[in-house]
Amino acid sequence: MKKAIITVVGHDTVGIIAKVCTYLAENDINILDISQTIVQGYFNMMMIVDRSASKKHFGDVVTELEELGRQIGVIIKCQREEIFAQMHRI
Amino acid sequence: MINIYEVEETNKMVEQENLDVRTITMGISLLDCIDSDLERCRDKIYQKITTAARDLVKTGEEIAREFGVPIINKRISVTPIALVGGAACRSPQDFSKIAATLDQAAQEVGVNFIGGYSAMVSKGMTAADEMLICSIPQALSETERVCSSVNVGSTRCGIDMDAVKLMGEVILETARRTAAQDSLGCAKLVVFCNAPDDNPFMAGAFHGVTEGDRVINVGVSGPGVVKTAIEKVRGESFETLCETIKKTAFKVTRVGQLVAKEASRRLKVPFGIVDLSLAPTPAVGDSVAEILCEIGLERVGAPGTTAALALLNDQVKKGGVMASSYVGGLSGAFIPVSEDQGMIDAVNAGALTLEKLEAMTCVCSVGLDMIAIPGDTKATTISGIIADEMAIGMVNQKTTAVRLIPVIGKGVGETVEFGGLLGYAPIMPVNPCDCSAFVNRKGRIPAPIHSFKN
Repeated sequence: MKKAIITVVGHDTVGIIAKVCTYLAENDINILDISQTIVQGYFNMMMIVDRSASKKHFGDVVTELEELGRQIGVIIKCQREEIFAQMHRI
Repeated sequence: MINIYEVEETNKMVEQENLDVRTITMGISLLDCIDSDLERCRDKIYQKITTAARDLVKTGEEIAREFGVPIINKRISVTPIALVGGAACRSPQDFSKIAATLDQAAQEVGVNFIGGYSAMVSKGMTAADEMLICSIPQALSETERVCSSVNVGSTRCGIDMDAVKLMGEVILETARRTAAQDSLGCAKLVVFCNAPDDNPFMAGAFHGVTEGDRVINVGVSGPGVVKTAIEKVRGESFETLCETIKKTAFKVTRVGQLVAKEASRRLKVPFGIVDLSLAPTPAVGDSVAEILCEIGLERVGAPGTTAALALLNDQVKKGGVMASSYVGGLSGAFIPVSEDQGMIDAVNAGALTLEKLEAMTCVCSVGLDMIAIPGDTKATTISGIIADEMAIGMVNQKTTAVRLIPVIGKGVGETVEFGGLLGYAPIMPVNPCDCSAFVNRKGRIPAPIHSFKN
């Protein structure tokens, strides 16, 4: 399994999750887990996804999600999971 | 599974606390480029570097993108050129032609610095070593990306004082030749004692002869991350402080380890080491001096500075060593003056002197680094400063280095601007008493008694 972490931060508006999920479905990226908080009106979401079935180059996924974020008015980051696992697990 | 708070913590380190991988440095052996014909030698060097490091910059950028961690520099270190060019070069001018080749190769592959215009002369100089050293002013003034280093001492061999004397003159001449750029050439020239073979940081990086054909070494950074972490334990005991630094250093180093392994896999080049250094930049919040202030000093240079730095350096190592399978290079806190806003402020406030900086180098990597001094400083005085720093390294069995910039045409109270990561620096006063009779003695200082371990 090739895991990646997607984070979305910004003002809460209708349809953020829908748009991100649609993009992921179109690119054969499977969602494993979603957690979400709203702090002082700020939307904060993290997704753990599996990208092993996706045929798209991972660097392009990162760029396209960033662009999608700009369209919705939020910041979307997509990073390989290892950076977090390495840092927070021995 | 990773939770949202851990993800937030990591991303905050990158976005707000300047966590980055400072450099991926590819070490390339040029021993197979040795040739008695200078043009053939230069051609082989160019071909080897541009082939071996062809994908270095692209790969670094891809990794940064996929992990979401900036990789600031992609660089190359090569075998000390005194060894590579010895068979072909008949004069210092011949050596500077090799420097030009290195510069072209670095430009071709898109790296901002290439290190290894170096000579290892801790016990004595060969004719080639001496020619290379004499060529340094010309080489550094005629190239943009070449970095030079000379190792003039070691715990095993003592200090080659002839080389120390020569380096005082070479530094001054390099300053003169680059006077139009505020003597910038000297920012690319380091004098070492106990230089490591696998240092990824410039200007002192070279690919030692103990290394394989190619290697990937990575230098991490993160003074801002350490400072933010210890802000939360203000006023608490040393135990709590040390534990916090250790845990933070672990996290920072893991990023370096991950990037190094990934770069090694993609480039099909063996992974060498992660260098655990805390490397500051002139950016606000990316300062080792600010960590020392957060530990409890009004300014760097205050009484307690050396102890605070010793503590910091040790905890960074203890945390970092466990995070990486191979640790090497310089691995410690860097205390360059011009590259650290907190250091600059301390100098301007009169809190930090050259003598206090020298004391600080006893307990951290690396040495007197990026310090601007008056342009009219005598060569023998510069040699005296080098000798002091080399003695600290030799006796304490550690790496020490000197990167002084005598700024031609400027004096104490004036400021020099280098730009970019090199920052700016106030010119610091140097003790005016003469040491030429000491420096002008011939020969070398013997190795210290504790080097005889056999």
